[in-house]
Amino acid sequence: MVESSSSSPSQSEFIPGWEIVVGLEVHCELKTNTKLFCGCANAFGREPNTSVCPVCLGLPGSLPVINEHAVELAIRIGLALNCKVDESIFHRKNYFYPDMPKDYQISQYEKAINENGYLELPLSKKRVRIERAHIEEDTGKTTHVGGDGGRIHGAIHSLVDYNRAGIPLVEIVSAPDLRSAEEAREYVTELRAILVASGASDGKMEEGSLRVDANVSVRRSGSAEFGTRCEIKNLNSLRSLVRAIGYEAQRQVELIESGNAVVQQTRHWNEDQGVTTAMRSKEEAYDYRYFPEPDLVPLAPSAEWITEIGSRIGMMPSDRRERLISMFETAPSGSTFDQIVTAVSLGLDDLVTGAVRNGADARLALARAANEVASDIDHLANINPKTFGELIRMEAGGKLSATQAKKVLGTMLESGEGPQNVAESLGFEALDTSIIEGFVGQVIAASPKEWERFAAGEDQLAGFFVGQVMKLSKGKADGKIVTAILRSKRS
Amino acid sequence: MTLSTIGMAASEIAGLVRSKQVSAVEVVQEHLAFAASHDSELHSFIDITDEAALSAARVVDEKIARGEDPGSLAGVPIALKDNLVTRGQATTCASQILKGWKPPYDATVVEKVREAGAVALGKTNLDEFAMGSSTENSSFGPTRNPYDLQRVPGGSSGGSAAAVAAKLSPLALGSDTGGSIRQPAALCGIVGVKPTYGLVSRYGLIAFASSLDQIGPFARSVKDSALLLQVIAGHDPKDSTSLESPAPDLLAGIERGVEGLRIGVIEELIDGVAPKVGEALLEAANSLGAQGAKIEHVSVPAVKYGLSAYYLIAPAEASSNLARYDGVRYGLRVEGQDMNETYVKSRTKGFGAEVKRRIMLGTFALSSGYYDAYYGKAQRVRTMIINSFQSAYNHFDVLLSPTTPTTAFELGAKVSDPLSMYLSDICTIPTNLAGHPAMSLPYGQGENDMPIGVQVLAPALGEVNMFRVARALELGAPVISRKLFWE
Repeated sequence: MVESSSSSPSQSEFIPGWEIVVGLEVHCELKTNTKLFCGCANAFGREPNTSVCPVCLGLPGSLPVINEHAVELAIRIGLALNCKVDESIFHRKNYFYPDMPKDYQISQYEKAINENGYLELPLSKKRVRIERAHIEEDTGKTTHVGGDGGRIHGAIHSLVDYNRAGIPLVEIVSAPDLRSAEEAREYVTELRAILVASGASDGKMEEGSLRVDANVSVRRSGSAEFGTRCEIKNLNSLRSLVRAIGYEAQRQVELIESGNAVVQQTRHWNEDQGVTTAMRSKEEAYDYRYFPEPDLVPLAPSAEWITEIGSRIGMMPSDRRERLISMFETAPSGSTFDQIVTAVSLGLDDLVTGAVRNGADARLALARAANEVASDIDHLANINPKTFGELIRMEAGGKLSATQAKKVLGTMLESGEGPQNVAESLGFEALDTSIIEGFVGQVIAASPKEWERFAAGEDQLAGFFVGQVMKLSKGKADGKIVTAILRSKRS
Repeated sequence: MTLSTIGMAASEIAGLVRSKQVSAVEVVQEHLAFAASHDSELHSFIDITDEAALSAARVVDEKIARGEDPGSLAGVPIALKDNLVTRGQATTCASQILKGWKPPYDATVVEKVREAGAVALGKTNLDEFAMGSSTENSSFGPTRNPYDLQRVPGGSSGGSAAAVAAKLSPLALGSDTGGSIRQPAALCGIVGVKPTYGLVSRYGLIAFASSLDQIGPFARSVKDSALLLQVIAGHDPKDSTSLESPAPDLLAGIERGVEGLRIGVIEELIDGVAPKVGEALLEAANSLGAQGAKIEHVSVPAVKYGLSAYYLIAPAEASSNLARYDGVRYGLRVEGQDMNETYVKSRTKGFGAEVKRRIMLGTFALSSGYYDAYYGKAQRVRTMIINSFQSAYNHFDVLLSPTTPTTAFELGAKVSDPLSMYLSDICTIPTNLAGHPAMSLPYGQGENDMPIGVQVLAPALGEVNMFRVARALELGAPVISRKLFWE
């Protein structure tokens, strides 16, 4: 998934006289080998109910044992988000639902492992406060069969897959510091980049590795009071996030302006219809009856361990952006800065810096990475800094036109072949300058009147000559080189 | 086989089996036959697993034939409380809600006793989900006291206690959340031990109140109870609350006597007990004094609040632990029009009255707005009790008290009065709240010559001294004159 980070204000984002207030709860699946409290594989896409055991099925008599690697990844997230990492305890969150094997979820409530951090947005440098980032177990997955679009309404029966039950999650809760749907998107994009860079998550929203709940309220511009908020559940893409916040803010403003009040609710986002609908009101909210989980002991990571984990965290996105910025003589702005943000958030910056070390042009390498590579990110493994750098050098050196270079890169991503081979097999082998000079000579000889006018300064005729050369070379000549030859012959 | 092993000590049976004087199969066959002829009246077992027992006995005999070490409990029959999960064998908690459920795994203690060569005869009766003090709350009907079939055996591990007392099995395992091992041991005239919290793995014990539950042994002698505890004690990576430290050697010092030990009699737990129970306790203390221990009375004031704190903490945890019995995945399901109705109907039909009472009590105690006043306050009382015991243990090695306020009562006597039933555990509950070890052993007889239990309490991991004192008491205890129902 590629989404440019440049703002394209949607009409719902800006409502004159009103301010949107958003706080986000992001659930992040941790990239552990096994589940949070048992040895079952943490795997996506398996046959239903094949990665389960007495513990994650909550069978009578079973007991949870904390996965140390999950704790380590949670601490990495906390450190990456500038949190205070401290002793914490687990609580039980009690409510009945078929996809919860024990009918309670083991989570952290009073004392979370990570508290009071912040995330700095890359463009505005605004700091969004992180209230907490706590550990909890995921639930199973319910599929409602025979109802309306997989929802429970009208369903004939439901199927539950417990493979996901007990997968470790970290829930990252922001303060209500975000002021637009775009800012929310920027926050999630940067958070995802941090989670990927810290090695805690694969950041795949489409596979549910990242799931976002948004708390949205509106208030009159200039007001210091928060309005009544609604929580929108399970936003599974950046697009849904932006649309849902926009819709919800508009809905709340319309309610208030028509003399009604916003009711505190949990709401569901309907992607197809582009609307939020009420799930349950505050009065219907569950009483989770939290109490300390007696089957687990307090989590008390030693200061040494925390320091050691901190020393092993990779470069964070802000440092990675700085590294890319430092490759330019003047500080990049506008679309180049956007490309830097995109490259870093998708983990493409190592590719760019590697290519530059191999002699590639920084601006061109960045552009190809942030556009062409980003749009086929799943095949990233098929290229490396060397082959990618070579391609950029070929393009910069005029051996490939821009159009040709994009095509070659596309084929490289698909097949894993090197740029020379791909260019050759596509017939893109750039022509030697002497051959192009020969074509230019032929064209001048064939159109002496046009040449006279061009030589006299009628620059717009360059296109005519380039076109003629292209015809002769069957499209293999680089237009820039042809133009250069024409100019040199004129003088 | 020329000699009978019925009524024999576990250590003696293991010795005979190990020295090939008798085979494990012979021992088990004899006990199965004995149980078959007597348990219809006693009803100590929910399920006697003959075939599994015989094949397990054969495994022990084969080991011996191959010259391998068959373990310290070779060929010794054992009865398992039916809240310990056993692979492929129905495990019911004496509840209808677990109807038809066969666990896919064994509890850690079940594995441990098997590895030690013990042979499980079957699953014993209990109050549903271990909630009760008489085993009358079993959905399979009550167990009877082997000294008087009209009386209760105590509970919740009444089946295990009765089976051992009636000599249907030399050993049994039970679980003790507020006295569920010690109280039935006292009422049935045998030894029952609640170990330090975390000494025995809870993995595979179907939870009632996780912070209080602990598995422990029943036996007819102090030594046999120590032998069995030695087998099941020790760290288990599957239980996060299991203690890391290796289990102490419980048998090594058991005969060392009590010379020089400081023993305190808890004043608060003598008040209000039946006169003969109080007298027996004082006689027991005197006997220890005569053997060289220093006996004094000591006040542990916070134990008075134990019962109230317990009946908030235990139901609160239970309300959460028992949520999973919802008709969705296993056990009883009563179909409703929708999910919620299925939950309600399944749980209404599947749980008995006492379980429902405690789920409601616990749900209320944890409710938003009431948490601090109930659950929070009970936890503070718990800390108070720990501190109160600590002050006493600054001056004493072990403490003594009655195990129960009275001897075994008649069936039905307290069924309609939950509060008076709850009071049966007033002497045992404080130990669970503190996480300390305590054990009951028979000492004298009360009304109708029914056995009386004396409780020996020790600080955390004080099992070695606890067994020393219990063994000394056992040596001085009068023999129970009353006959078992089949004698």
